Amino acid sequence: MSKPVLRVQDLAVTFTSTTGGLLQRRERQIRAVDGISFELNAGETLGIVGESGCGKSTLARAILGLISPNRGRVQWMGEDLTGLDEEALRQKRKQLQIVFQDPVASLDPRMTAGDIIAEPLWTFYPHMERLQVEERTRGMMKMVGLLPNQINRYPHEFSGGQCQRIGIARALALNPRLLICDEPVSALDVSIQAQIINLLRTLQRKLGLALIFIAHDLSVVRHISNRVLVMYMGQAMEVSAKADLYRRPLHPYSNALMKSVPIPDPELARRVRAESWLTGDMPSPFQRPRGCIFHNRCPYRINRCEADVPALRRMESGDWVACHRAEELDLSI
Amino acid sequence: MALLEVSGLEVRFDTPEGVVKAVNGMDFEVGEGETLAIVGESGAGKSQLVMAIMGLLAENGSASGVALFDGEDLMQMKPRELRGIRGRRIAMIFQDPMTSLNPYLTIEKQMIEVAMHHQGLARDEARAHAVEMLRAVRIPDPEERIRQYPHEYSGGMRQRVMIAIGLLCEPELLIADEPSTALDVTVQAQITELVGRLREQTRMSIILITHDLAAVAEVSDRIIVMYAGQMVETGTVDDIFYRPQHPYTRGLLASVPRLDRVSDDELQAIPGNPPNLLELPSGCPFRDRCSEATEGCRQPPPLWQGEGGRASRCVLPMDGGQIVAAEAVGEDGA
Repeated sequence: MSKPVLRVQDLAVTFTSTTGGLLQRRERQIRAVDGISFELNAGETLGIVGESGCGKSTLARAILGLISPNRGRVQWMGEDLTGLDEEALRQKRKQLQIVFQDPVASLDPRMTAGDIIAEPLWTFYPHMERLQVEERTRGMMKMVGLLPNQINRYPHEFSGGQCQRIGIARALALNPRLLICDEPVSALDVSIQAQIINLLRTLQRKLGLALIFIAHDLSVVRHISNRVLVMYMGQAMEVSAKADLYRRPLHPYSNALMKSVPIPDPELARRVRAESWLTGDMPSPFQRPRGCIFHNRCPYRINRCEADVPALRRMESGDWVACHRAEELDLSI
Repeated sequence: MALLEVSGLEVRFDTPEGVVKAVNGMDFEVGEGETLAIVGESGAGKSQLVMAIMGLLAENGSASGVALFDGEDLMQMKPRELRGIRGRRIAMIFQDPMTSLNPYLTIEKQMIEVAMHHQGLARDEARAHAVEMLRAVRIPDPEERIRQYPHEYSGGMRQRVMIAIGLLCEPELLIADEPSTALDVTVQAQITELVGRLREQTRMSIILITHDLAAVAEVSDRIIVMYAGQMVETGTVDDIFYRPQHPYTRGLLASVPRLDRVSDDELQAIPGNPPNLLELPSGCPFRDRCSEATEGCRQPPPLWQGEGGRASRCVLPMDGGQIVAAEAVGEDGA
């Protein structure tokens, strides 16, 4: 693989939450993204997986500069995006695009499919010939598996899966180099999810895109990722090559996520999951556990986990993990 | 006798574009203590089917058919009679736990109200009962947490609260419409485990509605696969997972991304989209997406029936099945 196109270093986003009335006004900090680092090569797919509230969408927005980070850097092709002004950042976004979770809600219901896909073209190339825009729009529709003769239809005339195809066509209209997909299939039927995952896989290979695919379910990212970043409460628990992660996860949290995926085999399901052992909920963001942030839900915790924060460290395999016990635990699937 | 016996159920919606044929002749039953899963894509009619039975269709909807609950036809009941059954004898849980709970009231208030209204309990008794139910669905510190508002609960806990509210009156039938679809996989696993426990520890009958076959593998006794408002295949959970007959069922099974098999291949997707319920094609509604479709699929597919309630609606013969009827839905039927 070539050298990384995207380099994220120690990225952190903190939100301030204000509660109470005038007299008891209290400000509390929520560390939504808490020191995330990774690199992404051209043509590579990184899956980012974690439960809702783990900060994965905030991370995506911070990478695109839609939210300004409190700390850290986002380097795109060697250039630091966090230092750019509005206009320079806007120009960069031609290369960095995003597809959202809810395919229907993220499309303007009063615009036709063609207008939705062409809008970024008009925005960035206002002098482009009308015919040229239409040709490009029809080309994009074909590429994502829509019929070009549906160009004048409105979003409500399409199914959820087709709306997501419109969202993808729009994101790709400017020929970006990086595509971030934020839970692109979680609102879709299982049968349609597979269509969209296969489509993204094909497009990525064809266009040589760097792809970040965000999901809350490890089974969904498996078929598309080269590497997977497992996130929990704003931090990276594990960053592993796909082949390693799905054979032997290094972090107990990755293992828990894996065990939660329903198995479409009644006998196996009953045997494997006599009980789901990831008990309890994610702690409140205001009461972050000391030591390892996962320790209160971890079945493998030892005293050390309650006191020391495990650093994200590189294993011999080249995978990264933040767990004190990574060497001794065998979490083979 | 089954607890719920549905036959010939049809649901239609009048829309400015025409009549939407949402449910096209459904027959099924749910036995006492049995868990039935109804599986299908959006638009398959699975939600409207139960909404019709519960008398909760939108204003432009109309239903016909018979739905015998404990021998009485729910479809013939007056709204007042139905209200007496809903909540008390049949409880329903919907997909989105946040919109089903009142954000302005504490969990305590919402639960006590149900228990007092439906069971005629005094306030103290109702409260004790509510705490007990929260404990049953594994809400930590139920005595404390019952005093909180919905927004203070996580998504998974809210859905467990909804189940607890559903269980307050010890209903004979619990209907859960995509109870874990909007939730994280970890929470889905918790809800699945909870449903599994209810199934083992109570005599309650359960109907689970979902688009994800994998989600019900562990906890159902029987499964109905629906497509375009019709049953396309039904059987025991083992029949459906280990001996699927209908190409649509096989497609649904193949499109599930799974971790229990080593495979980096492309996922198997079902091509195309569900049919437009305004203009259902005559013949098999799945034929445009079916890899095994032939000229014969332009005719209404035959219904095959086998032992133990096994059935499939397809031109392909069903193992050990007999043709009972060829039914027409769509342009020239219904």
